[in-house]
Amino acid sequence: MDCNDSLSRLDAYLDQELDPPGITAFDRHLASCAACQQIFGAQSALHSGILRHATYYTAPERLKERIRARIGSPARPSFGWQWPKFPQLGLGAAIAATAVVSWIAAIEYTAPREDDLVLEQVVSGHARSIVTNHIADVASTDQHTVKPWLSGKLDFSPPVNDLASAGFPLLGGRVDYIGNRTVAALVYKHRDHLIDVFVWPERKAARTTPIDRPSGQQGYNVVHWTDSGLAFWAVSDLNAAEMKSFIEAYSRGGAT
Amino acid sequence: MRAIPLEGPGKPSAADERARSRRFEQIFTTHLDAAYDYAHWLTRDARNAEDVVQEACLRAFKFLDSYNGDSARAWLLAIVRNTYYTWHQKHRAEAFNVEFDEETMIANGADASDLESSIGSIDQVLRQKDARRLVNEALAELPEEFREVIVLRELEDLPYKEIAAIAGIPIGTVMSRLSRARKLMLQHLKQAQQEN
Repeated sequence: MDCNDSLSRLDAYLDQELDPPGITAFDRHLASCAACQQIFGAQSALHSGILRHATYYTAPERLKERIRARIGSPARPSFGWQWPKFPQLGLGAAIAATAVVSWIAAIEYTAPREDDLVLEQVVSGHARSIVTNHIADVASTDQHTVKPWLSGKLDFSPPVNDLASAGFPLLGGRVDYIGNRTVAALVYKHRDHLIDVFVWPERKAARTTPIDRPSGQQGYNVVHWTDSGLAFWAVSDLNAAEMKSFIEAYSRGGAT
Repeated sequence: MRAIPLEGPGKPSAADERARSRRFEQIFTTHLDAAYDYAHWLTRDARNAEDVVQEACLRAFKFLDSYNGDSARAWLLAIVRNTYYTWHQKHRAEAFNVEFDEETMIANGADASDLESSIGSIDQVLRQKDARRLVNEALAELPEEFREVIVLRELEDLPYKEIAAIAGIPIGTVMSRLSRARKLMLQHLKQAQQEN
């Protein structure tokens, strides 16, 4: 692949519309061509800039009500489940039950969009750091250097542990920007692969177990979990089994 | 208020109508934000966006039976788009002209070498305090055809195939419009940086 081919495929690459051989060929050219890396850097900066900054307009409540009134649809959403009836329970219990159901509905109908956006940003943050060779702001294998450096730049303190004994030495950390906030990115290495762990405080962070998030992008493995009020997103091109052992090592030595 | 009566032979039973309402409600609730966001970026105005979305939803409900079970979001957004163009013709004489904008862009020389020199500044622009305003401006000022492909691709996260279906254009055109749209946006951001 030469520069012309590469530039003509750049949009499709960014948009994850290339087939796997196309991705491989593109990656190979990009790795060896400084000029294309520069252009790719600008394009991916724009891509994440739009995701971060462009306004997503959400429909006002009155519009929903107006449309429902016009089509004679029920005023309450019915997503296949019914509002629970608790005839024998007191008012308090009924309110509590309603709250739970609304909460479930909220998770189900708002979480995927936000989550997908985060997923995409996490993956492009990881890919961009590699392509632009901006791996770490603080390059140190010493957790006692990395942690205070990050704490000084952020309004929270991410758990940082060197996992060299488990085969995942710490390379350093950097400050990244995901979902409209600055976040910590911890960088680990395994053989020739880099692993980014993005960490930030999350308001409604109940503890969840790590789940694989299919990124659908360029063969990255993404795992997401929350613990102690922090959201964790690990991204790497490690295979699933290696990723799993990394997450185990990180959770053991990491999240306090 | 009653639902719009169905046409055709045989009166639909009340159960059919309820099922239809439920089906619409599900599509509507799931994709209303996408419809509104798309309409807002097309009209660049909150009130007009509401009018377009309301009209589109009424049309969608009326033609619910034409929905073939593919992507409900693409189906609804295509109706939003059609509604918008009808509305546009009715309400505004102002014509947009893609050729003109492309000429302007070529005259300004948005080629690869130009982009290369703007990389540093793009990063800086996006780190500025008013990055939100700058990005929104760069997007809002794109000619309509280019604006909508960026909104559908980046904000609605749709694949090329669905964008092509919504806008009624071939996939190749989706790609060339996206590519030009991005160059125009980079150029806009670069200028914003220089003016700073």
